[in-house]
Amino acid sequence: MTRWYLLRRLLQVIPTVVGIALVAFLLIHLAPGDPIVALAGEHGDAAYYAFMRERFGLNESLPRQLATFLARIASGDLGYSYVQGRATLVVIAERIPATALLGGSAILLATVVAVPLGVLAARRPDGAMDGTVSTLALTLFSAPTFWLAQMAIVCFAVATGLFPVQGMTTAGAEQSGTRHFADVARHLVLPACVLAAQEMAVLVRLTRSALIDELARDHIRTARAKGLAEFWVVVRHAFPRALVPALTVVGARVGHVLAGAALVEIVFGWPGMGRLLLSALQTRDSPILIGLFIVVAFSVVFLNLVSDLLHAAIDPRVRLG
Amino acid sequence: MRPSTLVYVSAELTPGGATAALSARRRSTVAAALARPSGRAGLVLLAVTLAVAIGAPLIAGQDPFALSGAPLSPPSFAHLMGTDALGRDLLSGVAHGGRASLLIAAAVTLVAVACGVSVGIIAGFRGGLVDDLLSRAVELFQVIPRLFIVAIVMALFGPGLDRLILTLGLTSWPTLARVVRGEVLATRNLDYILASRALGASPGYIAARGLLPNVMPGVLVMAGLLFGQALLTEASLGFLGLGDPSTLSWGLLVGQSQGFLRVAWWLTAFPGLAITVAILSFNLLADALSAVRGGR
Repeated sequence: MTRWYLLRRLLQVIPTVVGIALVAFLLIHLAPGDPIVALAGEHGDAAYYAFMRERFGLNESLPRQLATFLARIASGDLGYSYVQGRATLVVIAERIPATALLGGSAILLATVVAVPLGVLAARRPDGAMDGTVSTLALTLFSAPTFWLAQMAIVCFAVATGLFPVQGMTTAGAEQSGTRHFADVARHLVLPACVLAAQEMAVLVRLTRSALIDELARDHIRTARAKGLAEFWVVVRHAFPRALVPALTVVGARVGHVLAGAALVEIVFGWPGMGRLLLSALQTRDSPILIGLFIVVAFSVVFLNLVSDLLHAAIDPRVRLG
Repeated sequence: MRPSTLVYVSAELTPGGATAALSARRRSTVAAALARPSGRAGLVLLAVTLAVAIGAPLIAGQDPFALSGAPLSPPSFAHLMGTDALGRDLLSGVAHGGRASLLIAAAVTLVAVACGVSVGIIAGFRGGLVDDLLSRAVELFQVIPRLFIVAIVMALFGPGLDRLILTLGLTSWPTLARVVRGEVLATRNLDYILASRALGASPGYIAARGLLPNVMPGVLVMAGLLFGQALLTEASLGFLGLGDPSTLSWGLLVGQSQGFLRVAWWLTAFPGLAITVAILSFNLLADALSAVRGGR
């Protein structure tokens, strides 16, 4: 049974991945002007364009071009950035660690803060604590990420000088080992907190509603009836099951985290994929833009898959149902 | 006696009769939502937002593009929100910019709701292969990173309101379609739908008169959230410098602020605050509505 779920879930990935490649292909061909510009950027010379035209088979029929395009993506060839003078995939891959560090710390921070807050709010729905936590969560959820980032800089970096304004490391400082680690950590605090804020808002609401549902169930009534202290009723009986949606939604939120990370990176000058997006937008480096689209979309598919498999591992109803 | 009984029963069970009953319930749903604290707060914030946008010429007398003071002067009585790098009044900018931002978000929501409701109803009602295909499409659109694709479209096609609204609308509907499909699946075999089917009602009539009223409250909740998201993405694009430079919007205002972060906090603070208040109002309303409907 479990093997069947795994197989079915893996097969579901195929149409999505092909669909993403198809959207990228459409973007290139629907853009005004010659598709060669979208593929090779505006900065190539005639010989380079002729070479790229040949390489991507632009002189052939559309279906043949699509087949060539899909085959290239399947072999990991995302084209060549003329602006950077390097392969697109290499340029993007360099940026992944910084974005992963920022996004990963934000998700971790959000989970650690949000789950206890959600529990506190769910203990007495519509009570004072619930009102405060829910209002705070909804306000954070409504604030634009880049604005929170800018305000964090204005309040905590410019005004007090507690944290650095920009970057991932102190410029010009050649550091190694623990010094380097501490330097990066100090630069990470503000961006990670800002990025965590919106995820925290979502997780608080989710934990709260899952726990409220869980506390209304029969096994909770039984636990209370046998005289168990309320603390243990919540912590031992309701909490583990209420945690499942919070754990699994993290996977589904990856797209939002990456979009948020892009904006936060731009405000804080964090050298990840978001900064790359901005510079590619400014130089109209379309191979990088299309490449980023594909890489980000594929990461979302992959992390969704991981989170679904995790969900199936925790909850037998998913893999057997 | 038998025929008259049948007529009586069918009159109650026709989609029309059900619609009347449902619309009464719908009204009370909205009333109950507005009676909640979150609903009332949302309504007040929405009223403030709309009043500022509609009454922009009254609130801010100056032309938002006119040079009306010293460049980068901090908030004062002459310029309540300060001035920008060219000496333009920021309050005028925020008030007038709200008009464009709200209109863009409304257009995006309209496109997304039209797509989402159609896809959801067709998928849920037809079932089978159609449902499979549409559900795969929903899954595809759900993983497509919206901010990235809109940014890329703006870069490749050049900035413009038409493509902004279309791209945002056409990528925002999947969650809505899922919600509608779920509701349709839950209703399609209820007695009143079966009865109108038995009476020979066409699928289009059943969808419009029998199913649509039932999914409306769910759609309303989602529309509120979509509106907020559209405002957010418009602002984010402006921040990336991809907004339409000829349309004064909140996005355009925040786009100009990043370069002055160290010297002019007000350029960031006020437009961002306006965006937050507007989005919060829609989220509060959606929240109250879904709470009344039994979700949390």
